[in-house]
Amino acid sequence: MAQRVAIIGFGQTRHRSRRDDVNGVELIQEAVRAALEDADLTLDQIDAMIIGNMDHFEGVNYVDTWSVDGTGAYMKPLLKLTTGGTTGTTLGIAGYHFVASGLFDTVLVVGWEKNSESDTTGAIITCSDPIFDRFSFSGALPGLAVEASAYMKAYGITQEDAARVTVRDRRHGANNPYAHLRTPVTVEEVMNSPMLSWPVKLLDICPRTDGAAAVIFAGERKARRLAPQPAWVIATSVRHDYAYFHDIDYTRMHTIEGAAKELYQYVGIKEPLKELDVIELYQPYSFAGLKWIEALGLCPPGESPRLLWDGVTDMGGELPINPSGGVICTNCIGATGLLRIGEAALQVMGRAEGRQVPNVNLALATGFGGAFWSDMMLLGRRPW
Amino acid sequence: MPEEEAVIYRGRIRMPYTWAVGETGSFFLTQLRDHARIWGTRCPQCRRTMVPPRRNCPRCLAKTHWLQLEPRGSLVTYTVVHYRHRIHPPQEPLIYGVIKLEGADTGLTHLLGEVDPADLRPGLLLEAVFKEPEQRRGHILDILYFRPREVTGS
Repeated sequence: MAQRVAIIGFGQTRHRSRRDDVNGVELIQEAVRAALEDADLTLDQIDAMIIGNMDHFEGVNYVDTWSVDGTGAYMKPLLKLTTGGTTGTTLGIAGYHFVASGLFDTVLVVGWEKNSESDTTGAIITCSDPIFDRFSFSGALPGLAVEASAYMKAYGITQEDAARVTVRDRRHGANNPYAHLRTPVTVEEVMNSPMLSWPVKLLDICPRTDGAAAVIFAGERKARRLAPQPAWVIATSVRHDYAYFHDIDYTRMHTIEGAAKELYQYVGIKEPLKELDVIELYQPYSFAGLKWIEALGLCPPGESPRLLWDGVTDMGGELPINPSGGVICTNCIGATGLLRIGEAALQVMGRAEGRQVPNVNLALATGFGGAFWSDMMLLGRRPW
Repeated sequence: MPEEEAVIYRGRIRMPYTWAVGETGSFFLTQLRDHARIWGTRCPQCRRTMVPPRRNCPRCLAKTHWLQLEPRGSLVTYTVVHYRHRIHPPQEPLIYGVIKLEGADTGLTHLLGEVDPADLRPGLLLEAVFKEPEQRRGHILDILYFRPREVTGS
């Protein structure tokens, strides 16, 4: 690494189920303007940009080219990245790499999606193998539903346990003026919502959202000069496993285990529940809020419901998860992982306002996508 | 050795899309449809006038303001298309051009009509020909094409 890197700005749109008042380019520009204002920078101070989404959601394949009027990347180095659900965290990690390499000093990354412009399931289907996977596990639901099913059976988890995760995130989302869903729900409401694919019900799963997010990364000298409290990138990790859904071991979340282990070893974290201060978890459905925090090492396998019911992961708890309301409240897919990074950065900077966790020293952001792939970025108040 | 069979899957992706034009583009298209008027937007800082309109300036991000343009301009560059594809409008001859409207700083891609390709040259003065009102539907092709315009006066 040629230089240390920090996040010095974050901007996002007011996320909605549909934004007919703007086209995709204008939506992107809203986030770019917000991030520049947040960092008190102008476009000419940005050295390079990276943009990402999932092409099939809008049917525009040259997004890097098409969006230039929105990103303001005219005559700048610009790269498009797309990795499915992990797109947003891929963007953040790539932005970090751009600056850490020393090749660029100030990099703006944008993730966005207008999910209202196509059929979400139809678009996701194009991500999976056309011969062996597309007829069955296509779309967001089936892969997650079988994961939940295997996990419940292995550890005696109930649907009510998962509902408690939705209750937490929807309650948190009410504190976030940018969140798409801002009304709290009860365990009963989750339990009574329509069954989609057993055991996953409508209120267990994320919505589809129109929205964009932009994050600005800067090298150490610039970060110290421009931001009163930068959010320093401590470490990142990435784990991919399989392409085929039938190769997954559904009783464990190996990619989170591997990515978390790498981060914890690097920083010397032995008890993540005690040592992490907040997590923005890419949690596309409620059951992930149980199984995946076990994979993060917050508790032994099967014991996460206790953490949920005891309020350990609520605001005011020992380790709040998803103060923003998370993916259960907002899911503009190409932006979703970047929202995790941006929200974690706000927590470290102490600028998360009504959703601020007190005294955040270490914030973890995660990304999820593909056939159970995981990305992570650990942010801290001091450079590593 | 027995001949191996190569299995080929056939698929067809049918995907419905809707694209929100946005408030800025919607004003441009409805003005084209209802009044046969062409509007651009102008950046107050960069002093560039853009057609089609941009809500904010791509260069400095400032909010732009509306400016009505005359439906005329000059030819920047062009090509006469000799092959046919189903996406092409049914024009004969099919000529695509970049037209710079008077007062605009960007070109507008459109069709050229009522002109012999041999007479085309950069700088040729052009005017917009609109479709009949009942045929206009809020689309960039509500302008049928651009044709050479007579220059009157001295």
